[in-house]
Amino acid sequence: MTLKEKQQQIIDDFSLYEEWLDKYEYIIELGKALPPFPEELKTEDRLIKGCQSRVWLDCEVSGGVLVFRADSDAIITKGIISLLISVYSGQTPQEILNDDFSFLDALGLKENLSPTRAGGLASMIATIKAKAAENE
Amino acid sequence: MMKSIDDIRAQFPQLQRTVYGKPLVYLDNAATSLRPASVIERWTRSAASQSANLHRAVHCVAVEATEAYEQARDAVRDFINAPEREEVIFTSGTTHSINLAAYSIGQAFISEGDEVIVSEGEHHSNIVPWQLMCERRGASLRILPVDETGHILIDLLPSLISPRTRLVCLAHVSNVLGLVNPVRSIADICHSKGVMLLVDGAQGIVHQNVDVQALGCDFYAFSGHKMYGAPGTGVLWGRRALLEQMPPMFGGGEMIQTVSWSGSTWAPLPAKFEAGTQDISAVPCWVPAIEVLKEMPQDDALRDYIYDALTSIDGLTLYGRSSELSEKVPLFSFAVQGVHHEDLALILDKMGIAVRSGQMCAEPLMDRFGVTGMLRASFAPYNTMQEAEYFVSSLLKAIKMLQ
Repeated sequence: MTLKEKQQQIIDDFSLYEEWLDKYEYIIELGKALPPFPEELKTEDRLIKGCQSRVWLDCEVSGGVLVFRADSDAIITKGIISLLISVYSGQTPQEILNDDFSFLDALGLKENLSPTRAGGLASMIATIKAKAAENE
Repeated sequence: MMKSIDDIRAQFPQLQRTVYGKPLVYLDNAATSLRPASVIERWTRSAASQSANLHRAVHCVAVEATEAYEQARDAVRDFINAPEREEVIFTSGTTHSINLAAYSIGQAFISEGDEVIVSEGEHHSNIVPWQLMCERRGASLRILPVDETGHILIDLLPSLISPRTRLVCLAHVSNVLGLVNPVRSIADICHSKGVMLLVDGAQGIVHQNVDVQALGCDFYAFSGHKMYGAPGTGVLWGRRALLEQMPPMFGGGEMIQTVSWSGSTWAPLPAKFEAGTQDISAVPCWVPAIEVLKEMPQDDALRDYIYDALTSIDGLTLYGRSSELSEKVPLFSFAVQGVHHEDLALILDKMGIAVRSGQMCAEPLMDRFGVTGMLRASFAPYNTMQEAEYFVSSLLKAIKMLQ
């Protein structure tokens, strides 16, 4: 799937749920389904600054694409970072830098997270972009 | 006569609003209370027709504004039973009150090598101003610990007080634990050793009948916005004999007696500590806020119900436990095993329930209990038993979703 197709897929999945409580259930399921994150990778340099809960993001380059792994001690945050890495993992740095992350607006995530969480989301996006720029 | 809960609720316009199409269940009262119509009306009346600066001009509106401002001081003096109205200093809130106290006490009474004691259960507002002051004056901070249930270890206090101790700083009621500290006993210990006692009353004054003379403390600080009054208003009460010896923190208009190039002299209390234009619209709101607070019943049944419900949930740890519930205010901070406090707060928010999550401005206390944060539900007399039951059932549902 292309980046745009992956994003459309998530928008479609999200639109199945009308109530925000149901959307949260979906995000929580994503969080629970995230593969275990090695404890030794929970280092200070992988910690995303600006989130109230702790979020770790690991980035490796493999065959020209970025591979992200992530974890959080809060499950909704974990679901959100899971959603982000499912979209951006496997993409080239250039593809990530060319994307405007506007699919998140279509999900209404920013408006529906508490301000501290929305700030956290912005920090996650900034970190993913920074990783892409480092490896361009 | 105490009002019925329906009468009380009708006074608070925000209780009518919804969030996400659901009735708002406001359980974040320890952060800030809601405001009754009488306070809002007083504020708009000041802003709409009594805007004039205080104490300075002779014109009609200035006189009215000054009277309204000084009536608020009388209302506060009466409410806390302060010996004198000049001991009631208006500030912008508890944080301002304690910073003012820390600065001016530091300048007047603290020398290099002196010690100040704060409890482990304090809000950052009753920690950081003392750290700043100690740094400035070369003094040091000592910690009075709390036990596993959240009670301060009062028995340790006499031995913690050294010949260099000048001051003890303590919350009347902790904003995390909701336990009422035995201020009178602590005041007796302090005074027997010639030490001053400052009480952070931000939470205490909402739930306790505060009589500063009966409490026996030397300073008492609190905020208007937590007790149905206007945001941006606060009080520092202090004993005249001490306030008289303390230099002002801010210089400016109204706080001086004389100003000349060779030096200035200070106005008498309380003006010495109220430099510059005060919040002329908000301060008069103390009068209706205190009236409303006096009419509020304390609902012990609701507190007891929540206490029992929370302590019987599997995997939930309540901080601030007591076998004597009369010493607990309806403020409950807790953590649930395997569930992040922020997740719970987000789910409850979508159910229409406003609670607080995080460190609650008390990082040392979070460290004490080994948690990164807690969830806090704090109730006011306008919260109903139905809301309490809805909170408990929603919490159980949220825990189930997250575990």
